[in-house]
Amino acid sequence: MHTYSSPIRKLLKNDVAGQRLFWILLAAAVVVPVCNLLVPRESMFHISGYMVALLGKYLCFALLALALDLIWGFCGILSLGHGAFFALGGYGMGMYLMRQIGERGVYGHPELPDFMVFLNYEKLPWFWYGFDSFPFAMLMVMLIPGVLAFAFGWLAFRSRVTGVYFSIITQALTYALMLAFFRNDMGFGGNNGLTDFKDILGFKLQSAGTRNALFLASIAFLMLGYWLCRKITVSKLGRVLLAIRDAESRTRFIGYRVENFKLFVFVISAVLAGIAGALYVPQVGIINPGEFSPINSIEIVIWVAIGGRGTLYGAVVGAVLVNYAKTWFTGAFPEVWLFMLGALFVISTLYLPQGVVGVIAHWKRNRADKAARSGSAARQELSTEGPQS
Amino acid sequence: MVGYFEAGYIKARYLRDVLLFVCLVLPLASHADQFSDAVTTLNADSFTEKEQAIYALVALGDERSTPVLKAMLEGKLHYARESGELLYEREENRETVYETVFGGEPFVVESRRDASKIRTNNNLRRQLRTAIAGLELGSEAVEVRLKAARNLVNNSSEDLTQTIRDAMAIEDDKKVQEYLSTALALVDINSSDHELRLSSIERLGNSLESEALAALMPLVRADDDGNFAEENQDIRDAAALAIKKIEGKLAFYGTVENVFFGLSLGSVLLLAAVGLAITFGVMGVINMAHGEMIMLGAYTTYVVQLLMPNLIEASLIVAIPAAFLVAGAMGVLIERLVIRHLYGRPLETLLATFGISLILQQAVRSIFTPLNRQVITPDWMSGSFEINGALSLTFNRFYIIWFSLLVVIALVWLTRQTFFGLQMRAVTQNRAMANSMGIRSGWVDAMTFGLGSGIAGIAGVALSQLTNVGPNLGQAYIIDSFMVVVFGGVGNLFGTVFAAMSLGVVNKFLEPFAGAVLGKIIVLVFIILFIQWRPRGMFALKGRAAED
Repeated sequence: MHTYSSPIRKLLKNDVAGQRLFWILLAAAVVVPVCNLLVPRESMFHISGYMVALLGKYLCFALLALALDLIWGFCGILSLGHGAFFALGGYGMGMYLMRQIGERGVYGHPELPDFMVFLNYEKLPWFWYGFDSFPFAMLMVMLIPGVLAFAFGWLAFRSRVTGVYFSIITQALTYALMLAFFRNDMGFGGNNGLTDFKDILGFKLQSAGTRNALFLASIAFLMLGYWLCRKITVSKLGRVLLAIRDAESRTRFIGYRVENFKLFVFVISAVLAGIAGALYVPQVGIINPGEFSPINSIEIVIWVAIGGRGTLYGAVVGAVLVNYAKTWFTGAFPEVWLFMLGALFVISTLYLPQGVVGVIAHWKRNRADKAARSGSAARQELSTEGPQS
Repeated sequence: MVGYFEAGYIKARYLRDVLLFVCLVLPLASHADQFSDAVTTLNADSFTEKEQAIYALVALGDERSTPVLKAMLEGKLHYARESGELLYEREENRETVYETVFGGEPFVVESRRDASKIRTNNNLRRQLRTAIAGLELGSEAVEVRLKAARNLVNNSSEDLTQTIRDAMAIEDDKKVQEYLSTALALVDINSSDHELRLSSIERLGNSLESEALAALMPLVRADDDGNFAEENQDIRDAAALAIKKIEGKLAFYGTVENVFFGLSLGSVLLLAAVGLAITFGVMGVINMAHGEMIMLGAYTTYVVQLLMPNLIEASLIVAIPAAFLVAGAMGVLIERLVIRHLYGRPLETLLATFGISLILQQAVRSIFTPLNRQVITPDWMSGSFEINGALSLTFNRFYIIWFSLLVVIALVWLTRQTFFGLQMRAVTQNRAMANSMGIRSGWVDAMTFGLGSGIAGIAGVALSQLTNVGPNLGQAYIIDSFMVVVFGGVGNLFGTVFAAMSLGVVNKFLEPFAGAVLGKIIVLVFIILFIQWRPRGMFALKGRAAED
């Protein structure tokens, strides 16, 4: 396809699918802003501002799916609470955006956000300090999910909480956080969450330019996230992670400190999820405690499962596919969507253990095998062997 | 009423004589006529005559006079200008309407002038209160007397002391006696007799009514200069002692009530979790659709009540087996269609059953609408045991506790004493060996899963009496149920019972100072930390059974 050695090829060696994904993302980075800003509104090639934000949202979800795939697909840790890290990152960004409103709020208070004035706060709670600074807020977006993941993982992995038990307590974690954030006296806006954002870094959030910039930032971070995950999974560390996924006790007995490997990858994944949340909030314009709800976290799992667990590009494909289906179904047949989602869960676990990309790979390999007409039986045997939970 | 006679009110005696005379003179006049005559006389011109009419009504001891006297006391007794007929005044849709005292027919009033209030004065109102209290305390029915006695505690006044004393003399019900004694003490505490005050303070120390505490508090209160409102030291000491006694008792009963509430909450958790203890604990299947089995049970109750609207009292009894069958059948279906293919892959099972839960939720939403459905509570479920002024235990919580224990006992019996239970345990312990002994392990799996789901359905029947029946009913309980099973130790029914009850009680004790939501968060965080410490739960299985 490419006669010269492109930088992407160097970046992702031996990952043809990843290279393709990068080309697609780069193409989107050019096409979408051009079609949105330069193509006139009447043209059929025009992409609406709503569409740009929607695509940006999908990209954030893709990054989130990538984060989950890193731990589930490559280390066998099924977290049913990854939405919590995503939402925490989102709240970090939301707090920055809230502070940027300044005196333009309904109550016009120079320092306190509207909901605090409404709830009779005297002064800013201590944990809101510093969030008026963008670098500090972005640091927190990564630090808070990271620290929570570190504390939680440190406790859990050290006491060898594995498998289903880990899944259930991560679900309890996000559930507890949801209940906590729903409370008004937590200082995070309670039920309504944080909204009514005005601008980011001085640029108006509603303007087309900002929207496209956020879209480009989402693409950049998705590529960065993909590259990081790829680096991790092909390194020696990644090999150990795979070993932990497939035979945890054996890896431990060989002499690896399993809990440290797990903790490392869990924290990385949580930070990625936090970044995804921070990119998501300015594009949708609101963050509320509903993001913590257990069903959101479990939906992430289904993106990865549909796309193809254990392949990084599969997670991206799954996130975009399922979310596109969700957007379409909730618009066209709202009552059918949950049936569809439920069926997706069942079908993907029963019939698509390797997701969509697994099916495509299988089909391709079959064709190649037919062409070669040799040793097909043995290779087919190999291809059906997926990651076991 | 009898008491009223023995009170020795001169007027009453006089009246009795008058009545006797009337009766002798008019031997043919019926009792009813005397009643209506006396009632009509309430509308006499002079207050004296009205007073005598009240006495006459009391003397008759007719229970029908109570509402008339009450209406008169509240100023709701009127008479028609034209005919002189007596009328009740009532509020209906924010409008004042009238109806006749005799016959209860509506009486249309053209203008406000057509009906006039029967006027009373202070003295008459006092007499009315006494008369009503006397009438009610003289009633044949214990409930009426109990209610009247409680009322007296709430508004005791000096005028009523004699009535109360008289009633106490002939009262044989212990509870009524207690109320009367408290009511009397509440009056006596303000008397001028020192000894009487001391004894009444002591009596109030045994009471748990809030009025007792309210009456005692001023006695020990000092103003800003340190001067006590009550001058007598003995009285103050006695009052302080009595207050301490009451507060000690209130604290005790408060604890008892909290434990009871906690146990009932624990029973709800237990019912929700015990089915999961089978599917998760025994079979190792993570059933995220467990909450939806509970929901199906609750909806089954709703449907049963729709099918038998005339037999609401019996509907719950019918709903229990029905819910078991519906949820159980659904469980068997799920097991055969989906879970069977996923044994040994717990994470995949988790995802697939989660998908099923979404489908079931949406199905219920499509069939029954997303709105909450109204499940009727039968009469025998509502009401409460009134232990005393500080403690009352509601019947529905009481039944839930017993019901959950009953379910657990039945389950233990099923697993320990029946052939099916034996097969179930055999398959759990060693599937290959059980197969070779001729047990159809596939069939046992399906039945076990059906059993766990069926019990969730039964939990749904119980929950339909406590919470709203809606499509999200199950979701609210799924995380809690998992917490209970994991906390108690997987594969251990006793652990599940213990975990459910202790979590319920802890939750209730946290509520007063942490609030319901924060209390729940604390419990969740506690369990998350607990699992770190003991990853296999409180009562983990030891030895070979503990191996994965």
